[in-house]
Amino acid sequence: MGWLDANLISVLNGFALAALLFLIAVGLSLVFGTMDVLNLAHGSLSLIGAYLGVALVDEDASLGVFVLAALLAAAVGAALGAALAAMTSAINDHLRQALLTLGVALIAADVLRELFGSDPERVSAPAALAGSVDVLGRPYPVYRLSVVAVAVVIGLVLYVVLERTQAGAIVRATVADRGMVEAIGIRSQVVLLGVFGVGAALATLGGLLAGPVLGARPGLDSTVLLLALVVVVVGGLGSVRGALLGALLVGQVQTLGVSLLPGQASYLLFGAMALVLLLRPRGLLPSPYAHAGGHA
Amino acid sequence: MRRALAPGLVGAVVVVLVALPLFLTPYPISLVTRILAFGLLVVSVDLLTGVTGLPSLGQIAYFGVGAYTAGMVGVHVTDNLVVQLAAGVALAALFALVTGAFVVRTSGIVFLMVTLAVGELTHRLADGLDAVGGSNGLAGIPPGTVLPGGEPLLIAGFVYWWVLAVFLLGMAVALVVSRSPLGRAMRGVREAEGRLPALGQRTYAVKLAAFVVAGAVAGAAGTAWTAQNRFVSPGDLAFSVSAIALLSVVLGGAGTLWGPLLGAAVVIVVRDELAAYVAGYGELLLGILFVVAVYALPRGIAGSRLRRVPSVRPA
Repeated sequence: MGWLDANLISVLNGFALAALLFLIAVGLSLVFGTMDVLNLAHGSLSLIGAYLGVALVDEDASLGVFVLAALLAAAVGAALGAALAAMTSAINDHLRQALLTLGVALIAADVLRELFGSDPERVSAPAALAGSVDVLGRPYPVYRLSVVAVAVVIGLVLYVVLERTQAGAIVRATVADRGMVEAIGIRSQVVLLGVFGVGAALATLGGLLAGPVLGARPGLDSTVLLLALVVVVVGGLGSVRGALLGALLVGQVQTLGVSLLPGQASYLLFGAMALVLLLRPRGLLPSPYAHAGGHA
Repeated sequence: MRRALAPGLVGAVVVVLVALPLFLTPYPISLVTRILAFGLLVVSVDLLTGVTGLPSLGQIAYFGVGAYTAGMVGVHVTDNLVVQLAAGVALAALFALVTGAFVVRTSGIVFLMVTLAVGELTHRLADGLDAVGGSNGLAGIPPGTVLPGGEPLLIAGFVYWWVLAVFLLGMAVALVVSRSPLGRAMRGVREAEGRLPALGQRTYAVKLAAFVVAGAVAGAAGTAWTAQNRFVSPGDLAFSVSAIALLSVVLGGAGTLWGPLLGAAVVIVVRDELAAYVAGYGELLLGILFVVAVYALPRGIAGSRLRRVPSVRPA
């Protein structure tokens, strides 16, 4: 128990970061899995969520206000996701999609800087969750534990919807073979619009929930995008379970790894990613429905 | 590809480039010098991305090896630019061979992410290694000489001519390779990797050879960068530089080599020069440029000349 005792806080922080990364990355993964679109504006969506938190949640906000802000962030994200889906739907070359979405990300970054300034901002946790509780004799912020709980609930809902409902079956079918889905009379455009909307809503929601942990500042969008890309590529593109495993791994590498090996901290993340991809090029848990991949 | 470059036009462009310092003041000359060094990096990205179909975010690693090697040779060994170029290219090619042996086993989006990892790891290595200046960067590089015992190049025009020479050399290597049997095999990998083994081509060897050539070209670009700035910092190897290099390829028209060069020039001019008129909005302009280009130039600047077979997805 000595080791765990010494590193408990790092491990818990790793889970909290994993929960946030999962919420943000799962949308990126599903959008790639269903639409074959690598959305480089995904980090901007989550930064928009964080800045919504800065604007709407003040120092002593009640839990109700925080939840309303979270719902609003998800709605804004869904609308932006639908817009991005419409913009990218006419373009079927990965590199040009990357050019387009990175262009959108650059524009969003400057607009956000203009609106909120260059100084780092903080989002307050709701007053009801601001304290800490004892975990094995150590105080730990309630808010971070709540984030883990929210991510678990959302992950379960996503899993059940995708695996157990007809809507989920249509999405899985679209991942596997878009042409065949069209052939049985389902407009795949609508499916894709829905997936992009939900994925983007999760990104803005994740960004707002991350506000009290990571804050909101210019540049956070590309940091989050890089982490989310690592999560989905390590986990396996287009798979919810893969995004979860990737997020858990990256969360621990970023917190526990950094506290155990401070000197090597900056090499750990990308070193781990390179190693996983060279051993398992399709990621640790690739979607069983996705095509053989390997396109860009 | 064959008719993509008319010899007369190429000759005219080279003559204009050589004559530029006679007409322009030092400031625009240093801008064109920067475009040539960055442009050569972009050409190396295009060798992989456009010609071979392997989208890379990692050429900055080999650019960095070239730049730092040239700087270290300049500080500790000799101010001779030819020696710095040779050392930078050799080490960059060697590094590309060692890393490429693993990296080219992947393709598509995984290749993109593994090269991104190589680029970021190199960036962080440069940032943490005190021997090369760490996060402060490598300073104190003396002005270079071309001939042993010759005069150091201090005037912007002379530095430009050296960078132009490196650029033309790198561009020539890229063009010769792209038209050689290796270049045809590289295009074969892009269009239908699965069929190459049926023709007796080893795709692994083709991809590794392409990776080493691209690494060497990027290394040459790095030495040119150092020759101009006489300073290298980890910031020169940031992820954003890789992203902009890759997008210059897409903007210019992947696979044509000269199109991406124009893309690089447009990107540098928009980001560094036009931005001066709208202080602080360089990235906004670049973003608008990218979005407009995607819709207005569906095949990039080089566009309509490139005919590409749509890629076929394996069932």
